Amino acid sequence: MTAAVSLDRVSCTFGTGAQAVRAVDSVDLNIDAGEFFTLLGPSGSGKTTVLRMIGGFTLPSSGRVFIGGQDVSHQPPYARPVNTVFQDYALFPHMSVRDNVAYPLMVRKAPRALREAKADQLLTLVQLPGVGSRRPAQLSGGQRQRVALARALISEPQVLLLDEPLGALDLKLREQMQSELKTLQRRLGITFLFITHDQHEALSMSDRIGVFNQGRLEQVGTPQQVYDTPTTRFVAQFVGAANVLQGEAAQRLTGMACAMLRPERITLGPQAGAKAEGQVSEVQYFGSFTRLKVQTWGTSVQADLPTGSALMVPPLSATVHLHWDAGAVHALATG
Amino acid sequence: MHVDAPQGLSRRLSDLLYTRRGLLLLALLGPVLLWFGVIYLGSLFALLANAFFRLDDFTGQVVREVGFSNFVALLEPANLDSARRTIVMAIAVTLACTVLAFPLAYYMARHARGAQKAALYIAVMLPLWSSYLVRLYAWKLLLAKEGAISWLAQQLHAQWLLDALLATPAIGGPSLSFSTMGTFIVFVYMWLPFMVLPIMAAVERIPASTLEASADLGAHTAQTFRSVILPLAMPGVAAGSIFTFSLTLGDYIIPQVIGDSTLYIGQIVYRQQGVAGNIPFAAAFSLVPIVVIGVYLWLAKRKGAFDAL
Repeated sequence: MTAAVSLDRVSCTFGTGAQAVRAVDSVDLNIDAGEFFTLLGPSGSGKTTVLRMIGGFTLPSSGRVFIGGQDVSHQPPYARPVNTVFQDYALFPHMSVRDNVAYPLMVRKAPRALREAKADQLLTLVQLPGVGSRRPAQLSGGQRQRVALARALISEPQVLLLDEPLGALDLKLREQMQSELKTLQRRLGITFLFITHDQHEALSMSDRIGVFNQGRLEQVGTPQQVYDTPTTRFVAQFVGAANVLQGEAAQRLTGMACAMLRPERITLGPQAGAKAEGQVSEVQYFGSFTRLKVQTWGTSVQADLPTGSALMVPPLSATVHLHWDAGAVHALATG
Repeated sequence: MHVDAPQGLSRRLSDLLYTRRGLLLLALLGPVLLWFGVIYLGSLFALLANAFFRLDDFTGQVVREVGFSNFVALLEPANLDSARRTIVMAIAVTLACTVLAFPLAYYMARHARGAQKAALYIAVMLPLWSSYLVRLYAWKLLLAKEGAISWLAQQLHAQWLLDALLATPAIGGPSLSFSTMGTFIVFVYMWLPFMVLPIMAAVERIPASTLEASADLGAHTAQTFRSVILPLAMPGVAAGSIFTFSLTLGDYIIPQVIGDSTLYIGQIVYRQQGVAGNIPFAAAFSLVPIVVIGVYLWLAKRKGAFDAL
């Protein structure tokens, strides 16, 4: 099967000479058709540049970009079978919502009646019926987001690129849109390439995640793979909370040179059979769990206690005994 | 604690202005509103009121009786001809300024950076810093029969082209400086900065992402220009065209110095109020540009030029 999107040793350098910045550094990536793929990384990691190179707004300095098996490396955006939902939505302020959504059909010279009917159909799909004659400025942020989505979907692209589309929404709305986007993607069967710096978003929506750091892809895998078996220290720490242990602490606690242990895998228990003993230095309440920081072997270990478990949350400076399964420890390459 | 009087007074004043915002607004806006309302608009209305009086041909005195004789005189063929010529010139100058200014303004707003942008900005503004009359007479020399443009045409063996242009009826003449074409060239030169700057400001406000979105959604460069850039830059074009259009309608010096001997509205108004002393007729004629601009703005609004504001 041909990949929906394929990057072949793609690099992108901005500026020249001493000021040159390598935003994307020799990235290889294959995204399958119908997949919900997320590029996850901190801001400035180069994930948006990757999206812009697939969309055609930035040309790669070297390497090739394929969409549906076609080399599009040097094609302009309007020739590529992908559409983008922009971070700021980029709706046309001088057009009605309906004309915004119908824009891709308008530039392809579809008859007015057809494109308006299709636009209304798409507005219903994104659960915004009846706002067609309004201007974008009259809509809320969440509504504008849906209009941008409808506009990007109307010409049935092979791949939909979403550039941190939920970043400007408040938490409740964001969670609602996450599940709606996921449902929509499953229903339409279109490949989604989603960009985010939010690990929760990436874990909950994606079929696969590519973790980006400093212009390089550190790891590509399912959410479970990325979370449970990170290949690098960066991935371990960026995706979810992690105790990354090194040096003497790692040797004493896990018998490895460098290891990761998720806080929710640690429980408190009796002295007998405990993996470590330490003093509580911080207690943070998060609602569904309480995070303890425990000083042991010269390092600080985080342990999450689920709310409502039989265990009492220990007070500050109490001595506690930490337990975990051997399988909870994941070895990392040193460095 | 001792507080000396002047400080106490200024403190009390600033407290008063802080708590009573209306007072501050009045203090700031009062003088300018007075200027506009009384001196500017007041004198304009006084002038327009004159349009309904008439000049006694025998005594040369203004007769203060309301009548419409001046407006009837406006309809004389010679006057109508001047009005028509002025309006056509204003439209042509506005169109030429728009076409010339748009690429420059677009480049300045979207592509020029740093020193290059500053240099372009100064290049556009520089002519406005020197005297209008100096620039006008400079053009007189450039356009003259033995002037630089004629010389250049000869050197390039394009004299035939210049001759053909000058032989064109309605816009030609004995030399560029004595032709309607010359008047047009100088008008376009004089008012171009007034078109460049508003378009630049409008283009700067177009978010880059809307242009990317347009291309992303399948629009070619020309389609993006037509459907996104032009409508969003329209308020700037409209603002610039109000300058170029009204400045051309009202100017009486450029056609006096450069052009054939046909009269423009401004020249008629100038002569009627000066040499002839016929203020009422001059006032009636000054109504023509005001009405034309009013109609122009109304049309521009109907066409949606201000929708994106």
